[in-house]
Amino acid sequence: MEFRTVLTTCPYCGCGCGLLLEVLDGKLIGTLPSKTSPVNEGKLCVKGWTVHEFVTSPNRLTKPMVRKGERLEESSWNEALDFTAKRLKEIKEKYGPDSIGVLTSAKCTNEENYLLQKFTRAALGTNNIDHCARL
Amino acid sequence: MSQKIREHIERLLTERKIKGFLGLREENGHILPFLFCDPKELVHLSLGNRGKPGDTRYPLNQILIRLVVEYPEEVFGVLIRGCDERGLKELFKWKQLPEERVIPVGLGCPDELAKACECEKPFPDGLIEGPKGEGVDSQKVARINQMDIEDRLMLWGKEFDKCIKCLGCRNICPMCFCKECTLEEAALIDTGEIPPANPSFHLVRAMHMAGRCIDCGLCEEACPADIPLRTLYKKVADIVCEEFGYKTGFSVDEKSPFNIIEVK
Repeated sequence: MEFRTVLTTCPYCGCGCGLLLEVLDGKLIGTLPSKTSPVNEGKLCVKGWTVHEFVTSPNRLTKPMVRKGERLEESSWNEALDFTAKRLKEIKEKYGPDSIGVLTSAKCTNEENYLLQKFTRAALGTNNIDHCARL
Repeated sequence: MSQKIREHIERLLTERKIKGFLGLREENGHILPFLFCDPKELVHLSLGNRGKPGDTRYPLNQILIRLVVEYPEEVFGVLIRGCDERGLKELFKWKQLPEERVIPVGLGCPDELAKACECEKPFPDGLIEGPKGEGVDSQKVARINQMDIEDRLMLWGKEFDKCIKCLGCRNICPMCFCKECTLEEAALIDTGEIPPANPSFHLVRAMHMAGRCIDCGLCEEACPADIPLRTLYKKVADIVCEEFGYKTGFSVDEKSPFNIIEVK
């Protein structure tokens, strides 16, 4: 028997509200606002309150997918990354680097987002990068 | 915190009177709800007073309901203040918690907190630690009672317009145990608007607090728009008392006028 709450940061936007994930026997069962977070001081918005729901959503992608014809199909990481690299190179050569845009996510860490903007600017050669959390 | 409450909980655990103690744990400067099963963990026990008294209270009774559902054979200890004890009394009456599976560990609130809450009874009957403080009458309700009806309507209309419909007041409420909620029922209320229908959204919730609200104030603390919800629900409790002669959470043997369940 184990019940604990895990302090983490809300992944939905750039505010960075502190929230507590309620964990009962290793299973995520709920969300509470952190009373000790200096950002949100015990308050959350409707999205923050429901953070635990997407973690176990059946719609969540758990494997890389590659579009083959009309359909998205499960693939290996190697296949997905090789395909992406090949297509990005082709597009960049044919239409120039500014034909590519990158949208990153609040559900990644700060470091992952840094890495992606570095990749966009240094490897792809464009400033076309934005973030869904830039509300 | 004195050793008294910690030793009391330690005894409950080592004598196997409880399977676990649902309380608060201090971790890296934060205070989090936690189920203490190992007495050694109790060095991290917190009573929810970080910067000032009672500033890190969480809906422990709400979590307790989940624990008891998952482990229906076990007995749990739980940290309670005066308001939480009122909550337990009602939750027993509403059959949301079986009384014999809960051992409350009572904490009295200091005057500073009792005044801030305008709490009628800032200590539980089963007091293990803390003061047995004086009850405080609500000045906030008295002030609004003195206003004339148009001004009151205008005041609440303005407050309700600030609502961002996070549903935090309902989500954090230890007395909101319904499986289905009117506030999300499109047939009963306009669910797609922000701010939500004024004043019906907030008045529906206020109605549903009749005989339920035990005046813990967690709703108001969780409100990002600083709507004085506690004052609203205190007024509801006053009306319940005037009309039905019933004080929510104050007795164990008086039947609630809002359910059909007879008590012992």
